[in-house]
Amino acid sequence: MPYIRVSEKLPGIRSLFAFRPETATPMSELAEVLLHQPGTLSPADRELIATYVSSENDCYYCQTAHGAIAAHHLGGNEALVIDVKRDFEHAAISDKLKALLAIAGKVQRGGKNVQPEDVERARREGATDLEIHDTVLIAAAFCMFNRYVDGLATWAPTDLDGFRERAAKVARDGYLGVLGYIAEARASGNGS
Amino acid sequence: MAFRPETAKPLNELAEILLRGPGALSPGERELIATYVSSENDCLFCQSIHGAVAAYYLDGNDQLVLDVKQSAEHAAVSDKLKALLAIAGKVQRGGKNVRPEDIERARREGATDREIHDTVLIAAAFCMYNRYVDGLATCAPDEPNAYRDPGARLAREGYIESTRELAGTSSGAAS
Repeated sequence: MPYIRVSEKLPGIRSLFAFRPETATPMSELAEVLLHQPGTLSPADRELIATYVSSENDCYYCQTAHGAIAAHHLGGNEALVIDVKRDFEHAAISDKLKALLAIAGKVQRGGKNVQPEDVERARREGATDLEIHDTVLIAAAFCMFNRYVDGLATWAPTDLDGFRERAAKVARDGYLGVLGYIAEARASGNGS
Repeated sequence: MAFRPETAKPLNELAEILLRGPGALSPGERELIATYVSSENDCLFCQSIHGAVAAYYLDGNDQLVLDVKQSAEHAAVSDKLKALLAIAGKVQRGGKNVRPEDIERARREGATDREIHDTVLIAAAFCMYNRYVDGLATCAPDEPNAYRDPGARLAREGYIESTRELAGTSSGAAS
């Protein structure tokens, strides 16, 4: 049971966004810029980084939600998402993404773990400054999102079809849609 | 921050709402939570700048900031803030470390749902800001006094105004 009184109709971070819409806005905007807006890293690559970090943080809700979005971007390849979580160095992804995932894993354990050789490896594989920056910030941001979701013991569904359905919507529309949804829920008295 | 204004905007807005927005916890208490978590994450820049902001709100009481970082349970802060700092410390080590008894303790000391929520989110957010600053190996002055004026300015003007002006001279100014 969640530690604070949040809507029972909403899972995971969405229940917290409805509880505190003021902070939901910048958090959703951050996810939108990092994961959905056009960039040189594909949305699939960025979602894989988010999923991998969430898995390392053992956050069921975030790794399942973002794993489903990654798989959607990958034409439904859920096996690849599982491979990345288990052992990304041997997964069927680019050498550049492997180098970025290695940086993300270091960030997950603490910012100071990132060493100059990690960044050099990523550059050798063709990563730009912006891609390295965004990898570090995606990893750091999911160290926030994961702790927020689990630190307040939010509820998460176990039905994977529900995650797949929502993933298709987020992959298409991005992360700002949740804000309108929450505003409506509050207006009709279902919010906090 | 200056390198990527698109992400700086939500990062600064989140800090502004959590640390300076309307709330039952005082800005000084919220900055102490941010400073404590940054200290546990060993992030020199964040613990120094937010420690300076906290000290500004606490009438220049640098010693109390140090006491909280060294041993929150024995510092001269309220029992409610001690309970919230204990939750923040659990969040810093990982969300699942927060136990029902940690929440019950905070409630017993008078913490509301909103205060517990904000404590968890401040702690979680600083696990992001700290990793962002250290993961990209940004520069941080060693001299504690170097943070006093920027800290006072952040306390007076907030995270959106000050960082807009600082953007050209200092990266990671909001955290």
